[in-house]
Amino acid sequence: MSYNPELLITAGNIDQVIKLIEAGASAVLVGESKFGSRLTGEFTLDMIEKVIEEVHKRGAKLYVSMNNMMDNKTVEMLPDYLKALASLNVDAVVYGDPSVLMAARVHAPQIKLHWNAEMTSTNYKTAEYWAKRGATRYVTARELNMDEIIDTKQKSDIELEVQVHGMTAIYHSKRHLLTSYANYQMDKKELKTLAGENNLFLMENDRPDERFPIYEDQYGTHVMSSDDICMLENLHELLEVKVDSFKIEGMLKSPEYNIAVVKAYRKVIDAYLANPQQYKFDDEWLDDIKALQDPNRELSFGFFFKEQVY
Amino acid sequence: MSTTVKRQRKYFGKRNRLDRPELLAPAGNLEKLKFAIHYGADAVYIGGQQYGLRSNADNFTFEEMKEGVEFANKYGAKVFVATNIYAHNEDLDGIEDYLKNLEDAGIAAIIAADPVIIETAQRVAPKLEVHLSTQQSVLNWSTVQFWKEEGLPRVVLARETSFEEIEEIKKHVDIEIEAFVHGAMCSSFSGRCVLSNHFTDRDSNRGGCCQSCRWKYDLFVDGDLVNADEDTPFAMSSKDLCMLEYIPDLIECGIDSFKVEGRMKSIHYVATVINAYRQAIDAYFEDPEGYELKPELLEEVNKAANRPLNTGFFLDEPGAEDHIYSAEEKPAPYDFAAVVHDYDAETGLATIQQRSYFKVGQEIEFFGPKGRFFKQTVEELYDLKGNKLDVARHPLEMLKIKTSEPVAAMDIMRKKIR
Repeated sequence: MSYNPELLITAGNIDQVIKLIEAGASAVLVGESKFGSRLTGEFTLDMIEKVIEEVHKRGAKLYVSMNNMMDNKTVEMLPDYLKALASLNVDAVVYGDPSVLMAARVHAPQIKLHWNAEMTSTNYKTAEYWAKRGATRYVTARELNMDEIIDTKQKSDIELEVQVHGMTAIYHSKRHLLTSYANYQMDKKELKTLAGENNLFLMENDRPDERFPIYEDQYGTHVMSSDDICMLENLHELLEVKVDSFKIEGMLKSPEYNIAVVKAYRKVIDAYLANPQQYKFDDEWLDDIKALQDPNRELSFGFFFKEQVY
Repeated sequence: MSTTVKRQRKYFGKRNRLDRPELLAPAGNLEKLKFAIHYGADAVYIGGQQYGLRSNADNFTFEEMKEGVEFANKYGAKVFVATNIYAHNEDLDGIEDYLKNLEDAGIAAIIAADPVIIETAQRVAPKLEVHLSTQQSVLNWSTVQFWKEEGLPRVVLARETSFEEIEEIKKHVDIEIEAFVHGAMCSSFSGRCVLSNHFTDRDSNRGGCCQSCRWKYDLFVDGDLVNADEDTPFAMSSKDLCMLEYIPDLIECGIDSFKVEGRMKSIHYVATVINAYRQAIDAYFEDPEGYELKPELLEEVNKAANRPLNTGFFLDEPGAEDHIYSAEEKPAPYDFAAVVHDYDAETGLATIQQRSYFKVGQEIEFFGPKGRFFKQTVEELYDLKGNKLDVARHPLEMLKIKTSEPVAAMDIMRKKIR
């Protein structure tokens, strides 16, 4: 079968799902906050039911994020939710807690499982471990560099998904740190409403150019990266080794921005596939993204070309 | 955390059969290992030269591990090794040899998070038990069941689990549960934080954590700074865990191993904390019905505390009072001063090794295992040649000191600093 990688993006509502597919996405990731964290929007079973046929009619796929670290109470709800997703024909479930695997084995054995434990998916042997236990795809940690991703792709047969655009999760606490801080600062009225806001960021003294989005939900506090990965001009390096899925993270971005990003990546993928040997990146392909990019957030290569120490 | 409020037994009826839990201590080096075990730890966990999450600790060589295991065996104690990194491809060569070496050294168990290490240990070093690290952030019984089915005899739960959740996990799955009961805590889910990677290019999940969660931050809403004055920046820094007041609850909810954090801490810290928990656990088993915590044990752990203490997630979710926002929180007014090497009952002189500056006239305390304890002031101090001294200023110098009560080798001397 000829190589035709997936272009995957997150979406927050039905309208976005359709528009992103029409812009060139081949798969869309949605979810609801009972089971998924850091979602682009709240996407209920009803919404999945309404949109799934439209998605499939367009030859695209709909995935559902269940990437929370589950507690005992949520574990009780997993069977019904997974059964519902299976009966709605969603194309895969994205998870990082083995309790999802345990429930899926019994209650939805036909559903595909994408292993995404975010920062802890760091080597190809661990990819194979989860594949043997039922995962059909491995999502690499955002902290891996290009050499490590290529090495992982070459050493294992499991489907590989790599995030190529957008922000990444860098800190997740079960603590409600914004509420705690507001309570600590009781006398300061403006702090009462910190929880649930999505217009907050942190800054660290020595790094005045970097703004780290922070927000709180029922599962605690999340801090996101200050930069947006953008691998558009180096995507061919990942295409050359046939990475199976390229993920765009759409959270905390405008719908227009996400559509522009999808179109840009679609253009690059199609140009490369049309003629891999002659492929050359055209700087102008970045223009539409740059035009909509928040000037306070750098478009970066993430960890793709970094050497980390420890 | 209040020291005066009497413990409310909120959660549990009495269980009929209770096993004595393991008291598991950190040991950053061979000396700390010996003190931890001497002061009552049933097991210690250490780091080797590779695959552990404390790349800055002076970690054990295989030779030191063997010596540690030999020492532990005399006390009937066990030695575990933390191999709790999330490995990258470049780390994979060598895991087999490393794990075989641990097995040969007599290590009882590894504490691992990455499946590649778990699977390799099961394959090449079957005598090593594999305990699932807290870095896997296990919160629920179904995930515990998964790891049990993978052949693991023990799971270290996420620090985010409550008494009720632990009890429910134990009800569902017959497996050893280990939980942190004392020490510093990540404020994030352990393993789910890459602040270090982003701020300093240091890989937190391979031991490079630079403790960015202890830094101060400015918080902005719509681009406007909201931490209204400079004294109270936004912070995510957690107070340290102390569950000493809840020993019956910890035992009765079924925790099999009580884990103390702190491979980077001093022997004074490890000895003080382990001593207190050992006494409390033993007192409970002597008389479960009539058990009450001796208040002096709580005083003791406070003397070694680096930060204010709290109860983590055991009772409820930590709030404003459980985080450190300003610099006003001062550490304990005591410090490690010396270690006893020998004692001469005839002269009443103890031979000690200096560990920090102290002087004649200073208030000091001696303590040893099982709660031996007394206070005195430094009155007579000599060097080994018998010259009288006013101050002990040389690191690791051997000295003689007159003690008001008998002491023994491995007793510890601390000084009052405020």
